[in-house]
Amino acid sequence: MARVVVNVMLKPEILDPQGRAVQGALGRLGLTGVSDVRQGKQFVIDLEGDLDADRSAKLEELAGELLSNPVIEDFTLTVVE
Amino acid sequence: MSARIGVVTFPGSLDDRDAARAISIAGGEPVALWHGDADLKNVDAVVLPGGFSYGDYLRCGAIAKFAPVMSLIIEKAHQGLPVLGICNGFQILCESHLLPGALTRNDHQHFICRDQKLRIENTESYWTRDYSMGQEIVIPLKNGEGGYVADEKTLDQLFAEGRVIATYQDGNPNGSYRDIAGITNSRGNVVGLMPHPEHAVEALTGPSLDGLGFFTSAINTLVNA
Repeated sequence: MARVVVNVMLKPEILDPQGRAVQGALGRLGLTGVSDVRQGKQFVIDLEGDLDADRSAKLEELAGELLSNPVIEDFTLTVVE
Repeated sequence: MSARIGVVTFPGSLDDRDAARAISIAGGEPVALWHGDADLKNVDAVVLPGGFSYGDYLRCGAIAKFAPVMSLIIEKAHQGLPVLGICNGFQILCESHLLPGALTRNDHQHFICRDQKLRIENTESYWTRDYSMGQEIVIPLKNGEGGYVADEKTLDQLFAEGRVIATYQDGNPNGSYRDIAGITNSRGNVVGLMPHPEHAVEALTGPSLDGLGFFTSAINTLVNA
């Protein structure tokens, strides 16, 4: 079995209102000096069997087509086991 | 002859019935289309209505773009089929790359619902021909993720080519770049609009009858074709 983790983040130039709200909450709850918070998504994908080249390429394609929107988001894909 | 205009219902669509009603009032024949059927029932145009298709899971419109009916709509839109996406429909059109850019969470974090003044900036597109240039209209706006974003080059291009169809007036409700409320593709057949013209077609329930023009624009063009 293989596990792949895809992290999706808004591009740096896109405003992240959720991250900003979390930043405000952290300050109100006593954490000082928070200069920025960006909120993203993490997908943990478990696969049966080994990750072969075909499925690896398909995952890379779908990470950019389904899991993220390349207009506003970047993704990283990591095979963790 | 009356124009047959399809209205797609996705799981989570809210405004499909209002869209169908607006089409009838504007003189067209609404045709119900189902997200799971790869069948456009020979319609002359399509409206993608507002709502929360697939619960807005993942991103608004991200899953809807893979619905069987959408693969047909995307193919036909590239060939010139008139398509109007309202609110969630606009989000679906951007996710499907029929329109550039994306819709993101309102910059102030709150869902907003109010009557919104717009200025019509394009009277060439399939869905805006019955308006006059610079005309101000008031129609309802209701969204949580209505902030239009695109890179500077795309924004410059949209304005240079006259592809911004409407801008927000008297206050930007959601942080949309350059006050953009709606855009069209280069061919003018695909239009995305964040506010809701289908809720402004009857005196009893709407703030105006200003929304009718979007539907009559397409219907009159189709009937006179």
